[in-house]
Amino acid sequence: MHLYDLPLVFALIGLAFYTVLAGADFGAGWWQLTAGKGQDADSIRDHAHHAMGPVWEANHVWLVFVLTVVWTAYPVAFGSIASTLAIPLFIAAVGIIFRGTAYALRAGASTKRELGAIDTAFALSSILTPFALGAAIGGIASFRVPVGNAAGDPWTSWLNPTSLLIGVLAVVTAAYLAAVFLCADAARLGEPELERKFRARALAAGLVSGAIALAGLPVLRFDAEPLYHGLVEGKGLIGLIASIVAGCATLALVWWRRYEASRYTAALAVAAIIAGWALAQSPVFLEGLTVRQAAAGRDTLVAVTVAVLAGAVILFPSLALLFRLVLGGSLGLGEGVAERPDEGRSLLTVLGPGLLPRLAIAFFVAGIGFLTVADAAWAHSLGVLCFFAFIVAAFPAALPPDLLQTGLKRR
Amino acid sequence: MSKLVLLAEVHQDYLLQARQMQALSFVVHIPLVCFGIAFPAMVLFVEWLYLRTGDELYRTLARRWTKVMAALFAAGVVTGTILSFELGLLWPAFTASFGSVFGLGFAIEGFSFFLEAIFIGIYIYGWDRLSPRAHFASGIPIAIAGFTGSLTVISVNGWMNHPTGFELRQGEAVDVHPVDALFGNPYFWHELVHMYLAGYMVTGFVVAGAYAAVRLRGRWGRYERTALAIPLAVAALCAPVQVLVGDWNGREVARAQPTKLAAFEGLGETRRGAPVHVLGWYRDGHVDFGIPIPRMLSLLAFHDPDARVEGLDAVPPDERPPVNVVRIAFQTMVGIGTFLALLGVTFLAVRWRRKRLPESRWFYRALVLAGPLSVVALISGWVTTEVGRQPWVVYRVMRTSEAVTGAGGIPVGYATLALVYLGLALAVAWILRRLARAPLAEEP
Repeated sequence: MHLYDLPLVFALIGLAFYTVLAGADFGAGWWQLTAGKGQDADSIRDHAHHAMGPVWEANHVWLVFVLTVVWTAYPVAFGSIASTLAIPLFIAAVGIIFRGTAYALRAGASTKRELGAIDTAFALSSILTPFALGAAIGGIASFRVPVGNAAGDPWTSWLNPTSLLIGVLAVVTAAYLAAVFLCADAARLGEPELERKFRARALAAGLVSGAIALAGLPVLRFDAEPLYHGLVEGKGLIGLIASIVAGCATLALVWWRRYEASRYTAALAVAAIIAGWALAQSPVFLEGLTVRQAAAGRDTLVAVTVAVLAGAVILFPSLALLFRLVLGGSLGLGEGVAERPDEGRSLLTVLGPGLLPRLAIAFFVAGIGFLTVADAAWAHSLGVLCFFAFIVAAFPAALPPDLLQTGLKRR
Repeated sequence: MSKLVLLAEVHQDYLLQARQMQALSFVVHIPLVCFGIAFPAMVLFVEWLYLRTGDELYRTLARRWTKVMAALFAAGVVTGTILSFELGLLWPAFTASFGSVFGLGFAIEGFSFFLEAIFIGIYIYGWDRLSPRAHFASGIPIAIAGFTGSLTVISVNGWMNHPTGFELRQGEAVDVHPVDALFGNPYFWHELVHMYLAGYMVTGFVVAGAYAAVRLRGRWGRYERTALAIPLAVAALCAPVQVLVGDWNGREVARAQPTKLAAFEGLGETRRGAPVHVLGWYRDGHVDFGIPIPRMLSLLAFHDPDARVEGLDAVPPDERPPVNVVRIAFQTMVGIGTFLALLGVTFLAVRWRRKRLPESRWFYRALVLAGPLSVVALISGWVTTEVGRQPWVVYRVMRTSEAVTGAGGIPVGYATLALVYLGLALAVAWILRRLARAPLAEEP
């Protein structure tokens, strides 16, 4: 592994997270769409929504992460891909807007009918976005994206056998992942009826995606020969085998109702096939462009690597916290219930009523001196700090006095 | 090692539509960004008041604002994702040529975005699931990520306006030092401070404006007064500061982008003792029908009434921005900014002298107006700086026409996006009305 490979590895890890986490979100939309009508359908829709609600925004940021890493570290490849595959990428983007709108709208909906209508109307995006993104990947994997500004065919680059295969596979896999996750959630919440429904869905979707994947190999052989050879004979074989094993293991675990473990094997199956694709294609990024040729200069690669590693140190503990809260139901609630707010003291008594406004005026005057009158850069920095200090110092004094004190008297 | 240069200019019939599509995406996203920057801090302040006083009113207010924050954040996430798509979909040659220089800013911003999304999830779903202190603490990273996010994004914008940190050899960026380019660039701090204050002003005036409308309809309890006073106090303090920060921005532009400054003021010829014109229309190197203030531009830009100010004639006509668009946007921003500052000072004066909120109905009418006007000023400000940069995408290095995609179908994409965003706007308006109408007692 070289420095020039590293950002691509990060991007692929991000892509795997996106496929698993956002894929499950889109898949949840699929089950909402196909839930039908009536009480049972409502409970399916609600369950799918509640399971995804707290995490969907974070799940979708993975895509932004992938895009930014690729355009920073492999700018020419990114420009070529985005311009040739503009249509599927735009369709995916529109689908993402719909999905976000559905979540935003849910915050305001109150009746069952409204909720059902919103979910059905927007769940369409759950098919659109994974299909379009899968089709775009198919275009890259079958070398239909040449280097250059919109140099490839705008239609056949993503409407071709490989793209259709990967697009359909993305939709079905998303549904499969969602069913596995939602089944595990239902079991955890003690909802046997929902558990039974999602178990059946998980098994069915798992078998269908497995069948499509196997049926797809001949398609690849005919349409994307280098990829096919990389997958069945070359370095990609490890990924392919790992994916098949993890996929079968997931089915078995769901069958035996070992849902928590099945979450991880399902995710592994997806991650392994992404790794398999990358290995099968390496070191070629696009036709006539290797990863090394596509990579940006050394300073940029180092900066991206450092930024990603430093970011990961903050990101993963935060993500763990979020998922623990969502999966565990609460965080440290026991200690919290008894905890009452502190004895009331007004802001003004804490800070001294006369001092702050005077201090604020002093900061304001100093700010004008440093930022407006003076010309040096250091003075400007000081001036900005003075103005922020002015706002902070004047804020308590700018609030109406009765506002804070009435609050105290009520206690 | 062979490098493939994408700079070869492609023909694009719909450059203007591509620019408009990008502008539309910003117009939708930027007001939501303001709420991402400033609203979490306001909600946290209210929650902090609850923790200090135990007054349930603050808890109710913070919870209701949290719902608004959640809906606006969802819209902000998707519109922000669209922007990152568009950087590739509309301007692939820009990302291909300079992604290695500016991309790092967005990669770091991605992590801010992550933290914001994660902690907003924890904050929203944690109201009943976390201890009060832990819940308050979970909101702090949201406010911090709002700041670091704007810092990194604006560092990229600063770089586009004042490109450094690379060498240009045969149209290719070589010897790239992205950290220097983005954060060693002296030309972005003024933009950051200006935008950050704008975030607090827009949020403050829009929220206060909504409660001013409630007051005008006759509902005016302690809840409404609190909900109005907090954002209004923030906005009223930021607005006068913004005038002075804006003046600083003008001087920075005068120093580094003289052509942009000339477009702000419609200054055709380079001259000493340049005037400022209020209103008017730029034509053939002159401002017609404007009210001139002699020597004012020289004084404002260089602190010297006789200073020489570079006019539009300093560059060939094909390197000048569309003057009237820039100038009208600039004047709109300055005009509204002045109005908002006066409104803020009025509030502060009444608070200072009478120790209460203003009581005049006219004040509240003006405040209702201030909400949408602050958004208009925000967008005008971005039009001023971004259209003022034209015809360059990277100032004096790469033209927007060299950056655009060669793909067809831009009008179709533009129309689709416009429709989708109209739908999104209607949806958000519907949610906000719904949330506003929900009775106060409904809170668990």
